[in-house]
This record gives sequence, structure tokens and C-alpha cells, in this order.
Amino acid sequence: MSTATAAATHDDHEHVHYTTTGLDNRKIAVWAFIGSECMLFASLISTYLIYKGRSKVGPFPHEAWTSPTGEVFKPILNIPVTSASTFVLLMSSLFMVMALAAVENRGKPGYGGLKGNSKFWLATTALAGTVFLGFQAFEFTSFVHEGLKITTNLFGSSFFTLTGFHGAHVTVGVLWLLTLLAIDMKRGLTPKDSLVVDICALYWHFVDVVWIAIFTLIYLIQ
Amino acid sequence: MSDHASHAGHEVHEHPDWKQYKWVALILFVITIIEVWAYYIPAFVASSAFVPILLVMSAVKFAIVVAYYMHLKYDNRLFVALFVGPLFIAMFTITALLLLFGKL
Amino acid sequence: MATYASSAPEQTGIWSWITTVDHKRIGTMYLFTALFFFLFGGLEAGLIRLQLAQPNQAIISAEMYNQLFTMHGTTMVFLAVMPLSAAFFNYLIPLQIGARDVAFPRLNAFSYWVYLLGAVFITFPIFFHVAPNGGWFGYAPLTTNQFSPGANIDFWVMGLQILGISSLAAAFNFITTIINMRAPGMTLMRMPMFTWMSFVVQFLLILAFPAITIALVFLLFDRFFGTSFYDIAKGADPLLWQHLFWVFGHPEVYILILPAFGLVSEILPTFSKKALFGYNVMVYSGIMIGFLGFGVWAHHMFAVGMGAVADTLFSMATMLIAIPTGVKIFNWIATLWGGQIRFVAAMKFAIGLVGLFTIGGISGVMHSSPPADLQQTDTYFVVAHFHYVLFGGSMMGIFGGIYFYFPKMFGRYMDEALGTWHFWLTFIAMNLTFFPMHFSGLLGMPRRIYTYDAGQGWEKFNLASSLGTLLLIIATAIFVINFLKSRKGGLPAPQDAWGAATLEWSIPSPPPEYNFARIPIVTSRSPLWDIKHPEMSSGAAHADADPVQVASANAVPMREETEHHTAAELGIPMPLNTVKPLLTALGIVIMFSGLMFIHLDHFALAMAVSLSGAALLIGSLYAWLFSPLE
Repeated sequence: MSTATAAATHDDHEHVHYTTTGLDNRKIAVWAFIGSECMLFASLISTYLIYKGRSKVGPFPHEAWTSPTGEVFKPILNIPVTSASTFVLLMSSLFMVMALAAVENRGKPGYGGLKGNSKFWLATTALAGTVFLGFQAFEFTSFVHEGLKITTNLFGSSFFTLTGFHGAHVTVGVLWLLTLLAIDMKRGLTPKDSLVVDICALYWHFVDVVWIAIFTLIYLIQ
Repeated sequence: MSDHASHAGHEVHEHPDWKQYKWVALILFVITIIEVWAYYIPAFVASSAFVPILLVMSAVKFAIVVAYYMHLKYDNRLFVALFVGPLFIAMFTITALLLLFGKL
Repeated sequence: MATYASSAPEQTGIWSWITTVDHKRIGTMYLFTALFFFLFGGLEAGLIRLQLAQPNQAIISAEMYNQLFTMHGTTMVFLAVMPLSAAFFNYLIPLQIGARDVAFPRLNAFSYWVYLLGAVFITFPIFFHVAPNGGWFGYAPLTTNQFSPGANIDFWVMGLQILGISSLAAAFNFITTIINMRAPGMTLMRMPMFTWMSFVVQFLLILAFPAITIALVFLLFDRFFGTSFYDIAKGADPLLWQHLFWVFGHPEVYILILPAFGLVSEILPTFSKKALFGYNVMVYSGIMIGFLGFGVWAHHMFAVGMGAVADTLFSMATMLIAIPTGVKIFNWIATLWGGQIRFVAAMKFAIGLVGLFTIGGISGVMHSSPPADLQQTDTYFVVAHFHYVLFGGSMMGIFGGIYFYFPKMFGRYMDEALGTWHFWLTFIAMNLTFFPMHFSGLLGMPRRIYTYDAGQGWEKFNLASSLGTLLLIIATAIFVINFLKSRKGGLPAPQDAWGAATLEWSIPSPPPEYNFARIPIVTSRSPLWDIKHPEMSSGAAHADADPVQVASANAVPMREETEHHTAAELGIPMPLNTVKPLLTALGIVIMFSGLMFIHLDHFALAMAVSLSGAALLIGSLYAWLFSPLE
């Protein structure tokens, strides 16, 4: 398929596909995917909660632990740092809706300047996601430093797997956002592309709400 | 991603506006502050109200992100069904598993 | 114009199949692949029964026996029955709802290639005696490194993970297709029952597979990276795997049976010349079965001692499922009642399902009672039960579906005489094989033992089961001969081969690549009877389609399409053939395969292979997403 033909398909052959509901196929698929992801994270969260308090050796999330050799381990979860990363992820959702609004309302009055700068908002969202991942990398390395590895105990196994799965989802989201940013820089996203941004936004917000659940269930409830 | 530059019958749904977006962000921020603050009050953490109150606050955050940022409140009811159905089954499964393992 | 490139003359040759995105071709590939694995799994069962025919035989070793029963179960569930259903999903759903293809044609091709590669990945090891050997349920901790060293379980873990991706991708595709690709006037409550049951199944797939995905991730991490999810010494709970597995496993049994229910609900009305009795109730009971299916998983675990409260609740929920299932049985019987019945092979298999599934359903209700289950669990009684529902139910329905839809797929009938032989031999053989297992089970014969001592009263039942299996193999051979012979040599079939009521019979057989030259307007549940047998559908509710939808779809009133044109002549844009879904699938499989080298202590090699797989995956995925569909 040559590029010329590809362009032709886009420019002069915009046949509109009929759909029963008038909705776009991709959006329906993304919502079904999000529904499925609910079960994925439900399985991970259930396992974490089932194994909570069952580890035979420390370190533990909320309690100090003295090893048989007399070594003392502090409670390992670092609430201030995680609160900061939670804040960053929550704000990234705000940037994401700004990006979508900028693309949807391109050229409309009141959407000039920063408000209409979809590149800025897409970049900020991706940046916030990257900062969140940076916090997670910091958290993981400092845990390993303090004696908690994925192999240490049940808490380590279930904690790293659950938050790691979430982190992997954020990583995919960041790549997705950067792809959209690249398209925006190359040819500019127009209101016709809103749907493409919308489904990315749905995924991104979903990853955010999963973190809202994780933050409360894993970090705050002792 | 770019293979469908256009799509059929762009559904007309009003999105929440900028002002609402900022309000939502503020509420999310405030609830998070309260949650973390509550975490540092030992008497409250020890009380039996701690877990339910925290769960409610987190549920509120969850709900407003889904309703406004994912604009489910303004979108087609089909999407509500596609999300709420599986969410219900997921929450049922978590609850049932925790009961079976004696965690509730 | 390049947009119509693929509407060039009928494509042939292997490359056209490798790059196809046509749902009918993909459905055909699913059918052939799944039938191959059905035969393979059947031969595995043949070896199992050969070994058990007499007490104290040593035809195969205990270790080989473990691999055989594991692979028999895994093959039949994941490589045969599910993909056979998928063959029908692919072929029929777009035809039944009046669509030109599925919502995401390339994703559809991807699902097939992931299935094929995953199936090869999980099957190949048996030729080197390293096949999975921990049962199709793979209970951890038994399947952890400590108790299952060696690569056997690694193949199982990664094979199932790969196959899960295929099922999930297909499910998102079909959910979207059914919601959004229906012809004008094809409301949800006018959809053919097969499409309805498939719709329910797709939701079961997207909600059940994540649970096993996570359970498998834990097992994979335990085996490869030293985590302790299933390590009892570190405080792990031996029931975690069982719960997560059955959260998936119970919906899975409805994933296996509901498509067959759907096929039978198409066959019975056609050969009774009556509309399906109680359509609405059939729909609701199907939804009910799917919904309740998520609340009964622990009835597979009564023997582990969950306590009286949990046992009672799961027992009651399980008995509750018997109600919608029984409703279906009675509705099928009421459909037959007073009909002008034609006993063709498809009809015989459909009625076979109604009878045999009922037996399996009733033995299912028997072990929904915990005290009874404690006697029956892990005995051949359970084996008898699930073979009645899976062979007597799913496979009978699928055979019926193959006889019924063969003329649509290949334009020719299958041979009726051979079909009749196939049915009666299968019917007799299946009862001869599985009915005695009720007795050997109640006499205490445990499952999964590779041999047994004489003098426990099990000999004659086992011999009967083994003879039955031999007969089943003969019956299946007759089917295979019939299938292969009829493709080219069967009697030519008209496009409405059986006088059925639904849209797929209003177009030529085999259907042209675009399916419908003009999208039909549907005004009732039996659109084809409306124009060919108005007397049969006059009692049904009719309503005009939404004019906006009709205009938007450029649809025409319901008619029989007999003309043959190419898509180019009709100006219908067709999706372009592409190899990218196959490359993406290949990337996934290479990525998983790389991990195998970790256990061979080649960590660097493992990473190299996995990363190159990931690179292929990401590269071809981007190439796919950035190339236009049409």
C-alpha cells in the first residue's frame, strides 16, 4: 500500500460507515476492554488483600518488624511519596481532559492560546505519567534497598505484581499519548480526530481510577 | 489509529466544560488531602469508622472521574452498561473472595 | 482505485489465506484447525482408554498418562470446542445480523493466528514427552517448581496465556460487531438465537479470562522469578489458585455450551417448520445462565472444606442455574411439539443434544448438593457428568451445526446416509463410553489414575468405556470422510438449503466476499420466511426499521440475493489483505517463548529472544494501526 493511496483513502474517499447505534466501533470496544480490565485488577487486588498479614517474614507494609537476627525493619510504605505521586496522576487526568477539549474545540472561540494547545496538554499528560513512573521506580528501588524484594515474602510478591501491573498500564498509556503527540506535531489533530484522543483518554482515566482504588486499599487502609 | 479519519454519525453529546473540569480536579485534590490527613490521626485509624469512611471517599473519587473525566454521565447509556455491569461482577468477586478467605 | 484492490477476482493460493481478513475465510480456518485438534485430542483419549481397558496394564507409562489426560482436557477445551464455537462466531455472526464483516477484520485475523500459534506451542511438546502433566486445571502448588520441575508446566502456563489473548481479542471484536453492525431493523430482540447466545458468551469471555490470566501470571512469576504466591512454606494459601481458576473455570463451561445451545436453537425451528418457542424467555434464560455463572465457582471446591455457610450459598446458587437451563430444554421440546419434523442429520444431532445434555445437567444438579458431591468428587462420576454436557451437549450441537451450515460454507450438502451413520454410531458409542463411568465412579474409581487393580468391580465398566471409545473413533472417522468428500463431491445445495428463516440463507452459498450486495431492512425475527413463507411468520410481530438507519445504511427491503458480482462492480469497499496481524501474533508468541530459556539458565538468551519478540510485536502493531483498513 503506497503512501499516496493511503492519503487518497483519507482525503477523497471518506465513505461513512453505517453503524447500528451511530456510535463508533472503537469506542464500544474500548469500553468493553475497560470492563474486562475491571476483572483483571479485581483479581490482583483480591490476591493482595487475601495475602495481607500472612507473610511469615518482614518487611511489612504498615508495621515494623524485627528479624530473628535482631535487625529492625520500619513499616515500608512511604505515604508522603506515594501521596505526591497520586497527586501527579490525578492531575494528569485533568491535563488529559484539557487535551481532548483542545482537539474537540479546535478553532472554536475561547479555545485559542494555551487552552487550545493540544500539543501542550498531551505533552503534560505524558510528562505527568512519566513522573508517576519515576516515583514508582524510586519506590521500588528504595524498597529493595530496605530489604523488600518480590521474592522476600507474600507481601512483596503481591505488592510488586499489583503495582507493577498498574505501572505497565501507565507505561502503555504514556506510549499511546506520545504517539498522539507525534501525530499532532506531524499533521495536527483536528476535531475529526476527537474520537482517537477520546479513547486514549478513556484508557488513561481508567488507569487513574484503578490507582485511586489501589491508593486507598493498599496504601492507606492498614 | 489513523485508518479511520472519519466515523459515522458523530454522536452529539455535551461534554462537561472547563469550569467543571477544574472543580473536579479540586475535589479530587481535597479528598486526597483528607484521606492522607486521616491516615496520620492514630485515634481515627484505630476506630471502626476509618475503613468505611476511607472506602467511601475513594468511591467518590472513582465515581466523579468516571462520570466527568470519562464523561460517562453525558455519554450514551450503552457505555454505562458496558462499564457498570463488569464493575459490578468485579466487585462481587472481590467481596466473595474476601469472605471466603475470612478477610471480611 | 486501490481501495477496491481486494475486490479483484476471487483470490486463491496460500498467501491469500495467510493475509485474509475476511470473516468467512477466518471462520473456515478456525473450523479446519479446531477439527484437527479435536481429532488429536480424541486420539489422546483413545490412548487413555486403551491403557484403562484392562486392570494393571502398562501400555503407557504413568508419566505419559499424566501428559495424555492433561493434554486431552486442555486440547478439547481450549483447542477444539472453544475454537469450533469461534468458527461459527466468525462465519455466522456477520451473516446473521446482516453485516459485511466483523467490526475489526484485522483484529479477527490476529485472533486466529494467536490461536493457531498458541495451539502449536502447547501441543508440540507431547512429541518430546515434555507435555504439560498437571491436569487441565493445573492446580498450584502442584504445578509450582517444587512439585513440577521441568518444562512441562511452563509450556502449559505460557500456552494458555497466549490462547487467552486470542479469546479476549475475539470477544471485544464480537461484542462490538453485535452491538454496532446490525442491519437496520435488526433489533436486539430480533437477533437469531445463535447470535444471542454468542453475545452472552463474549461477555463471559471478557470477564472470565482476566481471572485465569492473573492466576497464570502468579504461577509464571513463581516458576520463573521466585515469587511466593503458591509457596505454602512462605504462608501462601493452597486455595488461591483453585479460587482464581474456578472464577474463570465455571463461566468457561458456559462458554463451551452456550454456542451449541445457540446452534440447536437455529436447527430445531428450521426442521420443525415452526418459530422457536418462547424466544424472549430463551434470551433471558441465556443471559441468566451467563450472569449466575459468575456466582457458583466454588461448587467445584466443596471438598476443600469452605464451611457450611459458603457450601450452602454456592450449592443454592448452583441449583438456581438449573432453572434457566431447564427452561431452555422445555422450550426446545415445545418447539418440536406439533411441528413438521424432518429427521436430517443436523436435526438428529440437535435432538441428541437435548436428550444427552439433560442427562448431564441432571447429574450436575446431583453434585450441586455438597454431601452428594463429597462422595462423587474426583471420581469417574464427575468424568461421566462433564462428558455428557461437553460431548453430549457441546459436541452434539457443534456436529449438528456443521451438518446444518456446511451447505452455506461450501455450497454442497454433506452426505445424509453417512451423516445418519455418524449420528447413530456416535449416539450409541457416547453412551457406551460415558454411561458406565457413572457406575465406576460410584464404585469409587478415582479420576486420573493410570491403572487399577482387578477385583474392585470396575473391570466391566472400564472395558465398556474403552469399547465405546473405539466405536467413537470409528464414528468420527465416518464424519471426517463425509466432511472431506462432500466439500467437492456433495450434492449441490441451493442458497436456502433447508428453508430456514434467517438472513444468512438469503445470500448465495458460499457467500460472496461482501456478504450482502445491499444491506437488507429487517422487520421481524424471521426475515426470510416473511418473503418466502409468509404463512409461517404472519403471527410474529413486525415493525418497520428506523428510517434514519435505513437511509444511513443505504439499505433495501428484504430480498433474496441471487446475483453474483464482485465487490468492485458493486462499489463496495473491502478491507485490504494484510500479513501484519500474523506478524503481531508471531511477536507475542516469540516474546513468551523466550522465557523458556530462563529455566535452561540462559538468562541473556531469554531476554534477547523475548525482547526481539516484543520488538516484532510493537513494530508490526504500529505498522498495522497506521495502515488504512480499506
